[in-house]
Amino acid sequence: MTNEELQRKIESWYPDPEASGLVFSEEESQFLNVSISPKDLYDLMSKLKADDDTYFDYLFCLTGVDWGEELGVVYHLESTQHRHQLVVKVSTPDREHPVLATVSSIWKTAEFHEREVFDFFGINFTDHPNMKRLFLTDEWEGYPLRKDYEDEINMILK
Amino acid sequence: MKYGLSIITTIHDWLYSVMPEWLAGLVEMILIALVYLGIFSIAGLFLVLMERRVAAWFQLRIGPNRVGFQGLLQTMADALKLLSKELTGTEKADKFLYNLAPYFVIITSLMALAVIPFSAEFHAFDINIGVFFLIAVSSIGVIGILLGGWSSNNKYALIGAMRSGVQTISYELSVGLSLLTMILLTGTLQLSEIIEVQKSGWLIVQGHIPAVIAFMIFMIAGTAETNRAPFDMVEAESELGAGFHTEYSGMKFAYFFLAEFINMFIIAAIAATVFFGGWLSPFGITESIPSLGVLWFLIKTLLLVFLMMWFRWTFPRLRVDQLLTLEWKYLLPINLVNIVIMALLVWGKLIIKF
Amino acid sequence: METTTVKSNFKSEEYFINMGPQHPATHGVLRLVLTIDGEIIKKVDPDLGYIHRSIEKMCERDSYQQIVHLTDRMDYLSSNINNEAVCLAVENALELEVPDRVKVIRTIIGELTRISSHCLWWGVMGMDVGALTTYFYGFRDREMINDIMEETCGARLTMNYNVPGGLMFDIHPNFVPRVKKFITHFKTKIPEFDRLLTNNVIFQKRTRGVGILSKEDAISFGASGPVGRASGYSCDVRKYHPYSALDRVTFNEALQTEGDTFARYKVRIQEFWESLSIIEQLIDNIPEGEHRVATKAVIKLPKGEYFQKVETARGELGVYVISTGTKNPYRFKFRSPGFSNLSLLNHIAVGGKIGDLVATMATLDLVIPDIDR
Repeated sequence: MTNEELQRKIESWYPDPEASGLVFSEEESQFLNVSISPKDLYDLMSKLKADDDTYFDYLFCLTGVDWGEELGVVYHLESTQHRHQLVVKVSTPDREHPVLATVSSIWKTAEFHEREVFDFFGINFTDHPNMKRLFLTDEWEGYPLRKDYEDEINMILK
Repeated sequence: MKYGLSIITTIHDWLYSVMPEWLAGLVEMILIALVYLGIFSIAGLFLVLMERRVAAWFQLRIGPNRVGFQGLLQTMADALKLLSKELTGTEKADKFLYNLAPYFVIITSLMALAVIPFSAEFHAFDINIGVFFLIAVSSIGVIGILLGGWSSNNKYALIGAMRSGVQTISYELSVGLSLLTMILLTGTLQLSEIIEVQKSGWLIVQGHIPAVIAFMIFMIAGTAETNRAPFDMVEAESELGAGFHTEYSGMKFAYFFLAEFINMFIIAAIAATVFFGGWLSPFGITESIPSLGVLWFLIKTLLLVFLMMWFRWTFPRLRVDQLLTLEWKYLLPINLVNIVIMALLVWGKLIIKF
Repeated sequence: METTTVKSNFKSEEYFINMGPQHPATHGVLRLVLTIDGEIIKKVDPDLGYIHRSIEKMCERDSYQQIVHLTDRMDYLSSNINNEAVCLAVENALELEVPDRVKVIRTIIGELTRISSHCLWWGVMGMDVGALTTYFYGFRDREMINDIMEETCGARLTMNYNVPGGLMFDIHPNFVPRVKKFITHFKTKIPEFDRLLTNNVIFQKRTRGVGILSKEDAISFGASGPVGRASGYSCDVRKYHPYSALDRVTFNEALQTEGDTFARYKVRIQEFWESLSIIEQLIDNIPEGEHRVATKAVIKLPKGEYFQKVETARGELGVYVISTGTKNPYRFKFRSPGFSNLSLLNHIAVGGKIGDLVATMATLDLVIPDIDR
């Protein structure tokens, strides 16, 4: 499917794009980017995986990003059958207790990647089977990859 | 005890002339024990060196060649290093059993060494149940391994020890049965008489096909008995770190290490004695010079030791369940059938004798 | 795997055992918390981070030229390919067309790196299943590649040979003849590998039917590289998203369908041949030209997001750059193949013995710094 077809297909699932925060963008990226509100994330993801036309069965990258105001996650999807790619972005403004839905039931690889994001960004994924620190120790304070993280001893800033 | 070499006879006579009979016997025994301890340590160190050189040869390397001529003193230096090392152990280990375990292992291999006939004269302890004694003694060693693994209070050591128990108990059967196959030919358990029988052809020739099968089973089971690759489940360094001796260091570790090599020597020596005529020369070419017997014995034994090293450096390790499958589903039934075949051969006088 | 259910009257207790951080089979500081019932593995729980250096955070501080050097320290066995990934991402963002010569040399060096990485893996694989000798045979051939690399790049492990815009310097005049010599040498050695390990009965018994990964699971777990291809999942980035000079060579994707440990082993052996064939196609016609295009001293990527995939020896390495137009990236993410491959370990190792776990882990070919970025 081309990017236009993908966009039309996804739009057809959400008659009210405003309510689900659906925004498409192809600027400044080689993929089609879809932004979605956290509440519709799991729904969109399961549809992207389940639908025969899209069939995004391969989550090849899951990245946590600190956008400054918001914390977000970027999902890079590819279909091994149709070989089309898509980027789904989701972000939450709550920096204190950020919570997003897990996609680990859709793609098993997300289990580890979400733990990594939890470790470094503090985003909690609901219904995740094993939501605990992966790299850092349990008593570690703060989330190192956030932009506002400070560690005067270990971080060398220029 | 037999005394053939004149110097030994001289010492023997002198001892009995200067002190009462009971004391002379005691002193003599201690002297013999010391000689065997010497043989034990030298053989152990030499075998370690041999293993390292053989391994290097298989592995495109040179191996130790700096300490002494061609590295002959390398293992000596290693032993000195191990002697001078601090003995460390786990805090919660069962101290008594932990310290006892290495001695179990080393004493049993020393005991087994005593009955090995190096030559017609050089034979410390020629009892009429020689083969039986060897099998019995060699299975005591596993207690040391079990003790060491259990008392170290380390899970890896425990897994290693349990594997060792399972393995030794299983393969003990095959070692015993394959030797029993050959006993059918000799009709005696005494090692000197077993060699005497072979003056009319080595047993592997006398018993032809079943003897070859028995030999192969003996070598497989013997390798397993000594816990060497491809049956080194007990140590399995890529799985268990170091297995049962994970927590041992210094000389205690060296005891386990030396015992392993001596056990390998013993297995090879039994095979050489029972299948290849012990100290007998091939076709009797040096029959007129009896002192060469030691040489022939060592050549045969070391060739078999080399074979075991060859196994070790070329084969991957078996998995623990495959190990048991091999023994109980293949080796044991083959062995039992083999005994019956051998019995029929002996009964029907179908053995080859020169 | 043969499974027999035995009705047992004995009560057995599960226990924990730490495999690692110091353990011979984890090849680095990986810690696996195993739940074991006797010898049978019930659960594998990896605990990571023992050598985490937070390269992603350091990238946010560094310039793009500096980032290239950090990537060497991730998957150190395919350091050249990691370098290439970052350089390609930067070049794509700058819309910089590198000379043909650079593309061809990058591809050749990439494939040499793959062979050398697989050589090391082969040696270690043998060692993990108990055949200690293989290690030295693998290293013998790897040494030849290291020597070639040393002459051209100046280093044996962390090459730093690629820079944004091309190569640090041109290839050494000896490069082409030595690579050709290596190809003829190595072609006689792969059959030796087969004789020594592949055809060994014990080895096949140890690896066949162990650690089976189905194709669906492979995709779902994001398996890539030889691990994915052994399950019949065609996932070679070199085929689907060719980069550098890979679009002008023909090669077969090494595919197996069984998905067990032996299949993963076979895929890597097959890849030896494929990599050799790629090098053979390119080595005789390296185009003349510059080895580098000048870039600005301070590289500033235009605002936007860039993603570059490459196929390292372990699988798919993704480089995801978010730039705000400054000289440092806003976010730099590495999608490392080892991380995804490790996540499926629990799935395929459960039910096997400790020995199976070790064999399975060997064929996942984990490099811990690649996981702990």
